[in-house]
Parts: sequence; C-alpha cells; structure tokens
Amino acid sequence: MNIVVCVKYVPDATADRQFESDNTVDRVGVDGLLSELDEYAVEQALQLKEKAGEGEHEVIALCVGPEKAVDAARKALQMGADKAVHVLDDAIAGSDYIATSLVLAKAIEKIGVPDLVVCGMASTDASGSVVPAMLAERLGLPQVTLASVVEAQGDQVRIKRDNEGSTEVIGATLPIVLSVTDQTGEARYPSFKGIMAAKKKPLDVFSLADLGVDAGEVGLSVAWSQVEETTARPPRTAGEVVTDEDGSGAVALAEFLASKKFI
Amino acid sequence: MSEVLVVIDHADGAVKKPTFELLTIARRLGEPSAVFFGAADQADAVAEKVKAYGAEKVYVIDDAELKGYLVAPKAEAMQQLAEKSSPAAILFPSTFEGKEVAARLAIKIGSGLITDAVDVQEGPVTTQSVFAGSYTVTAKVTQGTPIITVKPNSAAPEEAAGAGAVEAFAPSISDAAKTAQVIASQPRQATGRPELTEAAIVVSGGRGTGGNFEPIENFADSLGAAVGASRAAVDSGWMPHAFQVGQTGKTVSPQLYVANGISGAIQHRAGMQTSKTIVAVNKDNEAPIFELVDFGVVGDLHTVLPAATEEITKRKG
Ligand SMILES: Cc1cc2nc3c(=O)[nH]c(=O)nc-3n(C[C@H](O)[C@H](O)[C@H](O)COP(=O)(O)OP(=O)(O)OC[C@H]3O[C@@H](n4cnc5c(N)ncnc54)[C@H](O)[C@@H]3O)c2cc1C
Ligand SMILES: Nc1ncnc2c1ncn2[C@@H]1O[C@H](COP(=O)(O)O)[C@@H](O)[C@H]1O
Repeated sequence: MNIVVCVKYVPDATADRQFESDNTVDRVGVDGLLSELDEYAVEQALQLKEKAGEGEHEVIALCVGPEKAVDAARKALQMGADKAVHVLDDAIAGSDYIATSLVLAKAIEKIGVPDLVVCGMASTDASGSVVPAMLAERLGLPQVTLASVVEAQGDQVRIKRDNEGSTEVIGATLPIVLSVTDQTGEARYPSFKGIMAAKKKPLDVFSLADLGVDAGEVGLSVAWSQVEETTARPPRTAGEVVTDEDGSGAVALAEFLASKKFI
Repeated sequence: MSEVLVVIDHADGAVKKPTFELLTIARRLGEPSAVFFGAADQADAVAEKVKAYGAEKVYVIDDAELKGYLVAPKAEAMQQLAEKSSPAAILFPSTFEGKEVAARLAIKIGSGLITDAVDVQEGPVTTQSVFAGSYTVTAKVTQGTPIITVKPNSAAPEEAAGAGAVEAFAPSISDAAKTAQVIASQPRQATGRPELTEAAIVVSGGRGTGGNFEPIENFADSLGAAVGASRAAVDSGWMPHAFQVGQTGKTVSPQLYVANGISGAIQHRAGMQTSKTIVAVNKDNEAPIFELVDFGVVGDLHTVLPAATEEITKRKG
C-alpha cells in the first residue's frame, strides 16, 4: 500500500501571526511548524501502514511551501514516514486553495497516484477544510473526509464521523482521499531513533517545472480570490473582574447580565 | 438582475436560520434563487419559508438518489444548475458539507472560492475573521462566478416577499460521483436547547466542571442558551464532540458567551473570540480567558453558577 500524507507548514498559532505587505500570510518572518492537525494525518497514515501486514508499504509525506516548510516534511519523516517530497518554487507564494490543490495534485501524480491520500481536517492557518475535497475532485478519487475513526481491510475503508446532526459511517474502495480529525487519537512524538533515522531518509525537492505546472497558473497575481485588506482586530480590553465572596460573584454576574439586557 | 444561488441549510425539511441570513445577503447581490436538496414532497413547505426572505425561485433537487453518497453528486448538480442559471454568485452555508461541495464546484466551473465569510457586501466583497479572530480580512473573487461560504450569524435575517416559484431540477449524476457511500447514519439526540452555532447565548463548560455539567446546563436554561464545551471536556468524555467550541469544533459568534472552568487556550478562543459579549467564571484569576472578558468572576463555578441561576430565575419572576 502506498500512502501520501499531505502536511502543511504553518505559522505557530501560539505565537504572533501576521500578514505581509501584499496581504499574504507571513510564513517566513514568524515561527512555523507542521500544522498540528496534520500530525493526526501522519499518525493515521503510519497506523494504516502498520496494520496493512505483508507486502510493500510506503508512507510519503508531501509538503508545498517555502524553504522553511521543509521542517514539516522532516517532522513527518521523524515520526516515521518513509520518504518526503517538498514542492518548492518562488512562484507558488501567495497561492489560493485552487492553485495549492493543483500543485498538490500534480505532485501526487508525479509520485504516482497512491492507494491513499491522507490529509488533516483543516490547516491551522487558513482552516478552510477544502483542500481534501479539491484534491479528490482533481484526482478523480472518492473523498472520505473528517474521519474520527478509520478502519481499512484490504481495499475497503470505513470511517466514522460526526456530521451536523448525526454520526455517520462512510465506506469506499481504495484509492481514496481521506481526511482525519483530532478525534482520531494522539499523534506519536518522534523518538530519538526516529530523529536519527530521518536524516538518512530520501527527501525530494520538486520545482513547478518538475511537475509540469506553468508558473503562470499559480501564485498571488493569478489567485482566483484576492485579499483586499487585512486589519488587526483591536485586542479586547479586559473588562471588570470581580472575586466571589460569599455569593457576591453570582449577584454581580446577574447584575451585569441584566445591565446588558440578557435577563 | 442576475440570480444568486443560495443553497438551503435544513434538517429533513426544517429550514435552518442561516438560510434566512444567506437569503438576506443574496439580496444585496442580485435576485435570490434558493436551492433545495431534499425530499420533493417537502418542497412546497420549504418554498413557503424561503419566499418570506425574498427567494424568487426555489430549485428543487430531489435527493432520494443522492443522499446515500457524500458531496460529489451535489457538486455535479450545482455545476449543472450554475450552467443553466448563470448566477452572479453562489452562496453556501459554512458547514463542512457546504464547504466541500463549494470546493469541488469551484474546481469544476473554474471559479474562485472564499470560505467562512462573516459578512458579504455588494461586489461581492467578503469579510473573514482569521487567525483565531485576531485579524479581519476583506477579499473578492476575481475569477469566474464568486462562490462564497457564509458563517452563521453573518447577517440579521430580514423578511422580504419573494415569488418563491418552485422549479424541479433533475441533474444527471455520474457513476464516478457515487463512490463514497453513507453506510449508516445515526441522528443525534435533540437536547431541546438552541443549536450551538445559531444561539444568541452560549454557556460552555471546561475541565473545571470536573465532569459535572449540571450547573452549566441549569445556568444555560435560565438564559435560554445553548450549551458548549472545551476540548478538554470532550476528550474526557463528559460531552459529545458535537458540543465542542474551538478550532476543531464549532465556531460560535453569539451575543453572549459564558466560559466556565475554561482556561482560554488559543484553540478555544478561535471558536468564540468574535462573540459580542464574553463572560467567564474561573477560580484562577490568572486564567488567560480573563484577558478577553467584558465581565469575569473569580470563583468556583460549582457555587457561583447555581447561585447565579437562582438569582436570574428570581429576577425573571
Ligand atoms: C490542534 C489542536 C486543536 C484544538 N482544538 C480545540 C478546540 O476546538 N476547542 C478547545 O476548547 N480546545 C482545543 N484544543 C485544546 C486546547 O489547547 C486546550 O487544551 C483546551 O481548550 C483546554 O480546555 P479547558 O480550558 O477546559 O481546560 P484547562 O486548560 O485545563 O482549564 C481548566 C480551567 O478551569 C479552571 N477551573 C478548575 N476548577 C474550577 C472550578 N471549580 N471553578 C472554576 N474554574 C475552575 C482552571 O483554573 C482552568 O483555568 C486544541 C488543541 C490542539 C493542539
Ligand atoms: N501547502 C500544503 N502542503 C501540503 N498539504 C496541504 C497544503 N495545504 C493544505 N494541505 C492539506 O490539506 C488539508 C486541509 O487544508 P485547508 O483546506 O487549507 O484547511 C491540510 O490539513 C493538509 O493535509
């Protein structure tokens, strides 16, 4: 079984995040990391490989992003992926979902369409939850998204997921595009052994030309949606905080709610 | 004026409030045509609802053959409907399903996509709230038919009489779209409380509840609020995942959000930071949630909430 896991390099959400002067997300001047939600994708990819039993199985981590984004690919290798592919090209900067999904799809075709493409449920910066559906559309594969439990047997995959008003079981036959949520279970930490082994694992860097993608099809200037303005929200100014003493907190709370007409 | 397609958000024919918000927004952009994926025999009742918010047409796509599959058939149907009606824009509710249908449609018809808008004005120009609510971004689709997914509470629904002309639309669905199958579906139990993403007031509990959500629920009921939870409370098995607020749960933007026994981690903030008024009860006066609040009580939720519930009930008489 061949599994491609898509991992995105994102600005650290616990640090300051900002925009560049051209309104693209600053991915270079801030601390970045493998999107936490994609760790769950790597974990599920590794578990599927481990459970697949006899035969040749390979997990390939795929990342599209600037130079520093190689860190995301490396982290996936440290966790246990066998190989990594980093698509790096200046022309990609500022790409929207449409172009990002194009580059990912072309890279997957170049790697050789696998049995499984595994994605996170959302990137922690854009949080669109749309790239997996776009990849399925572009690759002509069934899409099985937002799994909280994943089970595979032979070429059959079943997942459980929470939908708006129901819990569902979804089934499909490989090859598929799968996305997984943070309900699938903790992702493993890279072990010391894993970190050492990762240094020797193959990490290919592809340019757009390697993928046969025209540079004019991607990037900020041709994005099909354009950000016009970005404004930092004024930080919320902390309001009144009272300390509860012998029931005073409850009365003050009710008083506040009444003053705002919530009661 | 051109049509603006609005995909109806409903549960078994019961039209949800975000649909009326979408129709209100659509009127800024053109003539709203509602799109109903559902049982054909519910179409008339649905049309009655949506025409009160300005739907001139109601396209009915009987989903008897589609609902056993995930989003691919709906994307094909929307493509065919878009080709037929040449809309000025296509609006979806920002549910996971809405976003995925929109994503596939964008690729199919070669159009730009904007997700999770919190406002849409003429243009259309969208407003989004990004980076856990710390930035506001305006954007525009520059290629093809603007496809926009819109979050709940993005507009105050305004009534306006529309013709509501029902028109059946029968898409042809390829076999290739029928590949991811819904094998089983278990409806979630109704709580009798307002829906989390639509509620005007949300009362949430975290690890600080210690697993006892009774004070949270009673307090919520005294205010007619929905109940939410932090991931810590969900991971502990105290509340189902459907109640989780935050980055990997629901985003809420109510008039009032009350966080109880919740520390205020960035991933939780991502789901509630744009609430109009924020209140917290937490026994640690240094909990980061207090940086966000309009009003806070440092105290034990197990004593503060029951007393506050009593006080509120008393005031309501
Ligand atoms: C990728 C990723 C996604 C995530 N997504 C989400 C998400 O969607 N939603 C989410 O909520 N979290 C999410 N998290 C988790 C988040 O980082 C926090 O761990 C979580 O929000 C903490 O929940 P909590 O505030 O209930 O618990 P804690 O951080 O443990 O806080 C408990 C609080 O309760 C207070 N307390 C304790 N006892 C009492 C009492 N008797 N009375 C009053 N106060 C009391 C304590 O002082 C403390 O402040 C995510 C994390 C990651 C890495
Ligand atoms: N630049 C990228 N490189 C690799 N994977 C990506 C990239 N962007 C998105 N993805 C994948 O698509 C998922 C959903 O992303 P999004 O639609 O942006 O929320 C992520 O969790 C990743 O698995």
